[in-house]
Amino acid sequence: METININIEGRIYAVDKSMTVLEAARSVGYNIPTLCYWKGGHNSLASCRVCLVEIATARGGKLFASCVYPVADVPAEKGFVIKISSPMAVEARRASVELLLSNHNQDCQACVKNGHCELYEVASIVGARPGAFKGSKTEVHKDEIAPGIIRDSSKCILCGRCIERCKEAQGIGILGFEKRGFHTFVSPIADRSFAHVPCIQCGQCVNVCPTGALSEKREITCIDKAKAEGKFVVVQTAPAVRAALAEEFGYKIGELNATGKMVAALHRLGFDRVFDTNFAADLTIMEESQELVNRISKGGVLPQITSCSPGWINYLEYYYPQCIPNVSTCKSPHEMEGAIIKSYFAKAHNLDPKNIYVVSVMPCTAKKYEAKRPQNAAVEGLPDVDAVITTRELAAMIKRAGIMFRDLPEEEFDQDLLGQYTGAAPIFGVTGGVMEAALRTAYHTLTGKEFGPIDFKACRGLDAVKEAEVEINGLKVKVAIASGMKNAKVLLDQIKEGKSPYHFIEIMGCPGGCINGGGQPFVKPNLKPEEGLDILDTYRQKRADILYSIDEKCAIRQSHNNPDIIKVYKDFLGEPCSELSEELLHTTYVANREKYPEIKK
Amino acid sequence: MKIRLEVIKDVREICQQHKDEPSPLIVILEEVQKKYGYVPVELQEVISEETGVPAAEIYGVVTFYSFFSLTPKGKYVIHVCLGTACYVKNAQNVLDKICTILGIKPGETTEDGLFTIEAVRCMGACALAPAVSINGRVFPRVQATEVDKILNEYRSKEGK
Amino acid sequence: MEKILNPEALDQKIAECTEKLNDKLAGKGGKRAILVCGGTGCLANDSQPIFDKIAEELKARNLEDKVSVTRVGCFGMCSQGPFVKILPEDTLYCKVKPSDVERIMTEGIEGGKIIEDLLYVDPVSGEKIVHQSDIPFYKKQQKVALHGVSTIDPLVIDEALGCDGFKALRKVLTSMKPQEVIDEVLKSGLRGRGGGGFPTGRKWQFAANVNAPQKYIVCNGDEGDPGAFMDESMLEGNPYAVVEGMEIAGYAFGATEGYFYVRAEYPVAVARLKNAIAEMRKAGLIGKNILGTGWNFDVHLREGAGAFVCGEETALLNSIEGKRGMPRPRPPYPAIKGLWGCPTCVNNVETLAQIGYIIRVGGENFAKVGTEGSKGTKVFALGGKVNNVGLVEVPMGTTLRTLIYDIGGGIPGGKKFKAIQTGGPSGGCLTEKDLDTPIDYDTLVARGSMMGSGGAIVMDEDNCMVDVAKFYMDFICDESCGKCSPCRIGTKRIYELLTEIVEGRGTIETLEELKDLAKITKNNSLCALGQTAANPISSTMANFYDEYLAHIQDKKCPAHVCKSLSRYYIDPEKCKKCSACARACPVNCIKGVPGKEPYVIDQSKCIKCGTCMGTCKFGSIIHE
Repeated sequence: METININIEGRIYAVDKSMTVLEAARSVGYNIPTLCYWKGGHNSLASCRVCLVEIATARGGKLFASCVYPVADVPAEKGFVIKISSPMAVEARRASVELLLSNHNQDCQACVKNGHCELYEVASIVGARPGAFKGSKTEVHKDEIAPGIIRDSSKCILCGRCIERCKEAQGIGILGFEKRGFHTFVSPIADRSFAHVPCIQCGQCVNVCPTGALSEKREITCIDKAKAEGKFVVVQTAPAVRAALAEEFGYKIGELNATGKMVAALHRLGFDRVFDTNFAADLTIMEESQELVNRISKGGVLPQITSCSPGWINYLEYYYPQCIPNVSTCKSPHEMEGAIIKSYFAKAHNLDPKNIYVVSVMPCTAKKYEAKRPQNAAVEGLPDVDAVITTRELAAMIKRAGIMFRDLPEEEFDQDLLGQYTGAAPIFGVTGGVMEAALRTAYHTLTGKEFGPIDFKACRGLDAVKEAEVEINGLKVKVAIASGMKNAKVLLDQIKEGKSPYHFIEIMGCPGGCINGGGQPFVKPNLKPEEGLDILDTYRQKRADILYSIDEKCAIRQSHNNPDIIKVYKDFLGEPCSELSEELLHTTYVANREKYPEIKK
Repeated sequence: MKIRLEVIKDVREICQQHKDEPSPLIVILEEVQKKYGYVPVELQEVISEETGVPAAEIYGVVTFYSFFSLTPKGKYVIHVCLGTACYVKNAQNVLDKICTILGIKPGETTEDGLFTIEAVRCMGACALAPAVSINGRVFPRVQATEVDKILNEYRSKEGK
Repeated sequence: MEKILNPEALDQKIAECTEKLNDKLAGKGGKRAILVCGGTGCLANDSQPIFDKIAEELKARNLEDKVSVTRVGCFGMCSQGPFVKILPEDTLYCKVKPSDVERIMTEGIEGGKIIEDLLYVDPVSGEKIVHQSDIPFYKKQQKVALHGVSTIDPLVIDEALGCDGFKALRKVLTSMKPQEVIDEVLKSGLRGRGGGGFPTGRKWQFAANVNAPQKYIVCNGDEGDPGAFMDESMLEGNPYAVVEGMEIAGYAFGATEGYFYVRAEYPVAVARLKNAIAEMRKAGLIGKNILGTGWNFDVHLREGAGAFVCGEETALLNSIEGKRGMPRPRPPYPAIKGLWGCPTCVNNVETLAQIGYIIRVGGENFAKVGTEGSKGTKVFALGGKVNNVGLVEVPMGTTLRTLIYDIGGGIPGGKKFKAIQTGGPSGGCLTEKDLDTPIDYDTLVARGSMMGSGGAIVMDEDNCMVDVAKFYMDFICDESCGKCSPCRIGTKRIYELLTEIVEGRGTIETLEELKDLAKITKNNSLCALGQTAANPISSTMANFYDEYLAHIQDKKCPAHVCKSLSRYYIDPEKCKKCSACARACPVNCIKGVPGKEPYVIDQSKCIKCGTCMGTCKFGSIIHE
């Protein structure tokens, strides 16, 4: 690493020559406030003008955006002095923020981003004055139609992170800057709703938004209403939630496996049953491995592709409908669990399914859309899942109830027909996890032996497309794993061209898997500098490690060995892919989903 | 809005003609704009399919540049120059007068689809300030009092 | 047009064409030449029908072998056009109408007489002037960038070849190394003519120093400053010179491809440039193995789509790349990382138009003209309240007084000079005290303005400087790309404050806030559009503070421009009760009784359009 000497406020520092002024300053302890900056300047357009610093020479000083200015251009030897606290720089940063505030929604107290807003934080840091530069505001564009994601341009600062993120994570590019000058706003084409364009509702854009311009559509009041109506409210939690929930309560990323405290909190929130989606994850494995075995032995369509990620399913229907025959007909785990609750569980407790209200806590925004699909309503036409809330919404509910998360004891899920899970289930939350879990069971089904060594490292790793090979009864079973649609596209194009060499593919909508879902706690280096400068590169692995450690600590690590699973087949479903299983646990896909449906006024 | 199939086919062909040029999006949009007078969202979606540029990005380009229109323009497009040289010679009054007479604002089209008014920034005819052009025909040194006469010339063509 | 295969063939062709063109213009063999101007301005004033009619007449009168007629680019004295010039006599007819052609043919050509009523009338002396070279407008000019613009047919490559065309390219390709070309341009002291004023040679040197497989030269023809039409005239009058300049630039720093970016609002310029490129391609002056030297160069043309900000070089590059014209942060500068990430030099049309000349006469000789810091000549588009509106090219160091009075002919209507705005919306105004300032990049900046691309608008006592500042800010708000907050929001706030002032709602605090915002947009903005957006405000406030105070404290507009602060008033003593004004009023706000009661304007309904005052034959209506 080549170094260079730079002069910050009169002190000389030796820094990495390839850095920008911002990165270099941060590495030596100056956290220059930023707003539009994201991920090492990859997205940085230098548009917010908040990170301005004065760079002075003997001839005077000028302001530059530190997020893009290379240190290589301002060596101390040439007399350059970087001034962060000069009156010029301080006033300039304050002015940039004040101008943004003058054109911004002023209802901060009631905003969903209260407490997590980067603009709010930066305004405080730069000392913004009240009512500075008052004037007219840009026309507002709102969209509250889609079930997963909503937008409000009155809160947008035009940082452009969401536009880049959709292209970077999914290779799609649903959002763009529209119009020009003071009228500029961010939206899908022609200011349509997310529901009326081929958006997969993965929520990656929500995760990067510094303000409340993009957020999930909240369903907390739906739960309140169900309780008020006297319904039997059952809550289930996805594996990825427990890997990140603690972050909402002051814990560092990857610090705490929040399972015990999460269950304790849910017990204290007045739910009638607190179950784990992991049970249904094991169920999904049973159904899906059987499906795979059937396809392999009976010459069905291969490769088979997993179906537990609704973001991926949206992508399938919009962009690759020709691959529908490849996709497993299994519902996603929480939908299966909902169907089982309203049938198996309801019967056992003599409950009318109409009176049961199933709430799923998910790391995901696309599941809010998934729960409303008519194809996911198996019992008496009732939706399998009634409400989906994100990890963030659960945290809000816990805070609303005044529950002191840090003081909670470790509690266990309700052991009532649906309580048990194996180690194969929690790893569903990471890319490669479903594949590992499925192989453990498929191997056993075909050979009668347990798959080993159990940690299939080839499936692990957060980026790009992974592939692996397992020999089962002399057949070399080739598998592939991809997360994020940009990576999935590679595998799907192979299938489209008839060139796919795989038997089984796992696809997840979000890069890295559900641990990085659109509903997870925000990872904002600007808001939590104590997490470290490289947190955006490490947070996913930290969360994934929690899930892998849960798997390791489980006594039982294969889905087919779960006693509650064995019981539900014996007493109720019969066998995987039986007629009843097909009715309750499997779904269908839409082959002609319109990308730009006509909007009736 | 339903677009005629021949138009869609034509736009696909235009995209194909330029596909080997680097970054041909604006070149394609200009050709469509010149040929059809506007680039509606439906055609933008077609161009997105052909070029691989995300539809939202194309919409962003169309709405950024003044040259492109999302809706068809009137039969006679009136450009009133508001460049400095024309402005200091009272071009604003000329624009206001035209707007008052036609009952529309700059950027809008009359209901009968006859006239569109646009304020433009300098058409390079500064010696003829204030300059007004209608469908490319430049009227030099236009005074607010002459506006009615000029408009009537076009109205009478339409038998009005 | 056959392909010119080697330098010797080019020399031959140049010699032939030069002789042909010189003979034509000198009237060799008793054959006269008629030149008709064909720039956008004159085309709008019927110069095409004039040209067509002359051609018809020559045919009908069997004069085709005695008289030739050519449509050339631009004569520059645009307010006097359309022009018909007769050579070799150098007789210049102005403000010609198609109906005058008959007389020109009969009396002028066949009769050998001078048609007095078509001659130029000097606005100061009242004298009629026959010869173009005697007209003061032209006397103080020096054509370098405008070389050939008023003499050659821009559609015929042979005429360009006859007018020093491609001599410089030939010299560069056969006898100069790329670094030598850069050195010559450095020696010349040429600075970017687009407004930035950055030394051209240095820009090329940066790009030359980068080791890259692909480099580009881009010509910025997005002349967006309202009131500027210099580049338009160069592209319409002698596009070949600009393309030649581009090729030499490419050779100098290693670009093998050039892109022209011309605003779509210049269809004539685009068409003539396209034609020039096609002709040069046919002649083998663009393409592979040019003149047999083994050097390749290709030229492409992209049109703008109506965005002033695309005149900013990084926004321009984004536009060529098919994106929204939003500027990029610099560094990295385009010379290092530009078009599609490759080293790129973006040069203005006028800059490139000077290159051929620099190579032909040498950088040192070029540097003999101009001032210490600004070498060579500059083309200005003189407009506004001045008698001779048009295009002029003067040596750097010429004073504003010379420009406005000697060349421009002074202020029409006997009005008092108030200010001259240079640099368009990025510039400032210069006043009476600045008139003896020599025009130079640095002196203009020192006086609170800037050179800009060359637009120079003269204003008189009837212009309100607050209104002018508001006009420019309205333009900026419209054209701001919207990327960065200081420009997107800051300029809007400035516009809103100026609106308050002109509508009579301004206070001293308004002025303080304006100063603050001017500082913020200047310091914080991402690109030069935002950074210079407040210049007109700062400049008018510095020079005309009393006018701002009048709007704020007295609620009056001294120039009677700001409608909210003025009123139209019918003097009841002078009113003849004829009702003409009431009938003309577009909002029906004048009431009276014809013949009996004086008419009164209802101030609450009056939209201050002034139609009534224009209609009144008795001078009874006052504007105060």
